[in-house]
Amino acid sequence: MNALVATPVLVPLATVVLTTLASRRPALQQALSLVGVLAFLGCAVVLVTLAAADQPAQTAFGNWVAPYGIAFHLDRIGAALVLVTALMGAASLLFLASDADTGPRHPLLLPLVHGVLAGVGGAFSTADLFNLYVWFEVMLICSLGLFALGGRLDQLDASFKYLVLNLLGTLLLLMAVGAVYGATGHLNFDALNQAAPALSPALATVLLTALLLAFLIKAGAFPLYAWLPASYHTLPAPILALFAGLLTKVGVYAVLRTVGDVFTPAPHVVMEALGWVAVATMLFGVLGAAYHWDMRRILAFHIVSQIGYILLAVALAGDAGNAATLFYTVHHIIVKANLFLIAAMIWRLTGSYDLRRIGGLYRLRPALGALFLVPALSLVGIPPLSGFWAKLIVLQEALLQGRYVWTAVALIVSVLTLYSMMKIWMEAFWKRHPDGEWQPPADTRLGPAWAATLGLATVTLMISLNPQALLEYAQAAARTLGG
Amino acid sequence: MTAVIAFTVFCTVTAGLYLSLSRDIFRCVIGLALLGAAANLVLFAAGRLDSPLPAVVPIGDQVLTDAANPLPQALVLTAIVIGFALVCYSLVLLLRLMRDARTDDALALRHAEPVPDDPVKPPASAPACDVHWPPPKDGT
Repeated sequence: MNALVATPVLVPLATVVLTTLASRRPALQQALSLVGVLAFLGCAVVLVTLAAADQPAQTAFGNWVAPYGIAFHLDRIGAALVLVTALMGAASLLFLASDADTGPRHPLLLPLVHGVLAGVGGAFSTADLFNLYVWFEVMLICSLGLFALGGRLDQLDASFKYLVLNLLGTLLLLMAVGAVYGATGHLNFDALNQAAPALSPALATVLLTALLLAFLIKAGAFPLYAWLPASYHTLPAPILALFAGLLTKVGVYAVLRTVGDVFTPAPHVVMEALGWVAVATMLFGVLGAAYHWDMRRILAFHIVSQIGYILLAVALAGDAGNAATLFYTVHHIIVKANLFLIAAMIWRLTGSYDLRRIGGLYRLRPALGALFLVPALSLVGIPPLSGFWAKLIVLQEALLQGRYVWTAVALIVSVLTLYSMMKIWMEAFWKRHPDGEWQPPADTRLGPAWAATLGLATVTLMISLNPQALLEYAQAAARTLGG
Repeated sequence: MTAVIAFTVFCTVTAGLYLSLSRDIFRCVIGLALLGAAANLVLFAAGRLDSPLPAVVPIGDQVLTDAANPLPQALVLTAIVIGFALVCYSLVLLLRLMRDARTDDALALRHAEPVPDDPVKPPASAPACDVHWPPPKDGT
């Protein structure tokens, strides 16, 4: 069990090494990468099983006892998110085999993808604040590499903006970690949890605000989300889906871990501020999405908007809020990545991401139109899809706590989300193609893309039709939080 | 000693913020490197510069006096290595960006997000800044 807790890091890292060594032989490299991600998936399933049986995998490295050694601890939340990470990795790598992505097959592409997976896996499994910072840096470095691999001018431009704002976030995180250590003398989550009540309320508020500010930059929350819509749309489709699903969610997870698990109960003023930040995030994100006509940019703004819902669940706190956070995060990662992948298939069939230049796809591929509706309506929250259950449990808790303004904004944002999704569907599928002579491409290799998107849609439908299973898991996870 | 370190951090953060808010992207990266140095100093100071508290006391051993906590020093080493890699990467990225875009003005870098020319409709991506089918042959 001790060795197993490190697998979310070790398996992807081993794959990074092996795929780098095999970089001169593309076929071997692809096979190794596939084996690596399947092994990761297998380990994640075992970790979830262990966590669900109340035997979470944990260890402290180097035989140092708990407050001194770097600890890894995979409780229900961490294990579930590791499983979703592995699933996203598998879907993206499967999608890479189709021709719905024309990014150059650079020999470093696959090692960097697995590097991102290692960073995400590490961030979900660690129980040490400084170690969390290190995993954020691993993610940052690997994602910067993936941004710049294409080498197009807009990609370089985007990666510069991504670099500057995210670097500011990590530096803030580093300073906050230093301050937390200076104030408490601990970095381990459990030890911090025990040391936190001894802090004066003012000092606790300052430390927590600094930490949360850094995590919120990473999560893409209002008003610090500018890096996300400025850069994401320049990425190749499968990488975009992976980033959209995972990277911001690590920031949200860190926020949840900080206010829901380590510094409990968090000062009231911090949670109140977090709630308003969440509301502003969902509103401004969806307004940005309503303006754009490029599918990638619409969906990138919707990442921001949905982050608002998840942060709202975090801000509601308590067992119900924390359970809603996990449920919403799992649902959202799968749906969001799937939407980006389907947008890439639309691009391959019609030749553009710009909704003004495309159309008429429903006559050609009705199945794709139906497939698109599953994640799109789930994102909006139409019953009985998974997004409906996620929003239901968040808003139910908000109403119970008397947060009527937050609930009202969340419902208005849902309507605007519906507008965006219907815009994509009407423009890409329903209306006639603006060019009357348009002919669909004859030779496409979309089999792997269909497999990846259908697989993710199946997971969404499974959550939709049996939300009780995930909800009970999330509620059990929430009960183990808070020391 | 603590006051000196605090003043140094203050000056470094001020200089770093001033430079990183510059329109010149090269200054911006230098400013971030300075901010990184300031963050490392803060982390270093977290070990209480001349603290009497050692990190680990072996059983039966005497408590060391005038020893700073060594753990933040180990953390700073990690942070320095990571920061070094990031600064190197950002300088290479910067050179490539300045060469390709022929500008170092942050306000002129609008390739990923083109400036709208219509008050209502969003701009379309420039042809050179979007994906196309069939993919370009030269592989870049």
